[in-house]
Amino acid sequence: MAGQQRLYFRDGDDALVLRSLDGLTLLYHRPSGITHILDSPLPQIIAVLEQEPLAPDMLMARLSRHYDLEGDAAELEQHLGSLVALGLARVAS
Amino acid sequence: MLAIGPATFRIGSAWPGPVAQLQALYAGYPAAEEAIADFTVRLEPAGLGRRWWRPSVRIAGDHMLPDAAPMALRHGLLAAEMGMNLQMALGWRRHLLVHASSVEKDGRALVMTGESGSGKSTLAAMLGERGWRFMGDEFALIDLASGAIHPFPRLVSLKNEAIEAMHGVVTETARFGPLMAATPKGDIAHLIPPADAIARMREPARPALLLFPRFGFAADLRPVSQGEAFMRLTQASTNYVALGEAGFDALHRFVSTVPAMALDFAGGEEAITAIDRLWEALP
Repeated sequence: MAGQQRLYFRDGDDALVLRSLDGLTLLYHRPSGITHILDSPLPQIIAVLEQEPLAPDMLMARLSRHYDLEGDAAELEQHLGSLVALGLARVAS
Repeated sequence: MLAIGPATFRIGSAWPGPVAQLQALYAGYPAAEEAIADFTVRLEPAGLGRRWWRPSVRIAGDHMLPDAAPMALRHGLLAAEMGMNLQMALGWRRHLLVHASSVEKDGRALVMTGESGSGKSTLAAMLGERGWRFMGDEFALIDLASGAIHPFPRLVSLKNEAIEAMHGVVTETARFGPLMAATPKGDIAHLIPPADAIARMREPARPALLLFPRFGFAADLRPVSQGEAFMRLTQASTNYVALGEAGFDALHRFVSTVPAMALDFAGGEEAITAIDRLWEALP
């Protein structure tokens, strides 16, 4: 069913300013001027997103490889949905 | 023209009273050297004919809140002070501006932030009479480049029971402004800051401790996480959003380098003892 998967991408690195704070991640999103305070795994999901649209199963593989994060597909889709709602990720049309 | 810390104000009034009161209370402040004021504050009649008949004051200036209710002329001094605060809150861009009081000792600043009624203003005024340099009771100005705190030592605005408490500490009655009873903010009296606070009003200090005081609760002291401090300071800042990335960087630096504590207290003396103890324990 990979053909029906939604593909996600984000703005380039120069649009995001990331700072760590007490285990949380502060993110200043330059295009919107909005500050976000993010907890794991959202910063890691942002890190594995790219400007090129990627499928969730590819993102999941990267999260597992780079950050030793495990989870099911529904959970990841939920987090991606949160990032889309915050304007930090987008769905490829 | 009036200079307070780095900001200059031109204040005009349709009535001579409030300006005369301001001139008396700010007589010890150094004259503004700048030819152009940062802000203009005007006290105007609130409506046709209201200059003479039950006069009401409307606060006007470079930056205005459209729905601000007019105030009675007998509270004109408060209106002028509120006007100056309003200009700072809405218009200042040279520093990250946080609703906080601050005092300094040995070149290091204690910053106290909280809601109205938290006791931040009274604590700063009390510490200012006990060997600390009073830097301000309303706004702490965080330098965007260096992170230092710049003073904004306007008149201390004492509310309700704080008026009597400060009369117990400050013996020079000439430092108190007139008592304005039953204003929209309760009973108010202004207090002229100590002379050294005014003389050194252009001297910044490095922040060393952030406190969230809360008056009216049983004594308690607990650490505040950097994430919570960051979030609460964005809420306490009037220009964080307007400053964009410069504000983000300044606030991140402040929060990640300055320890933060929440202090609940029921009386001034116990709070000051707790603050002295915290200060001595700082690295």
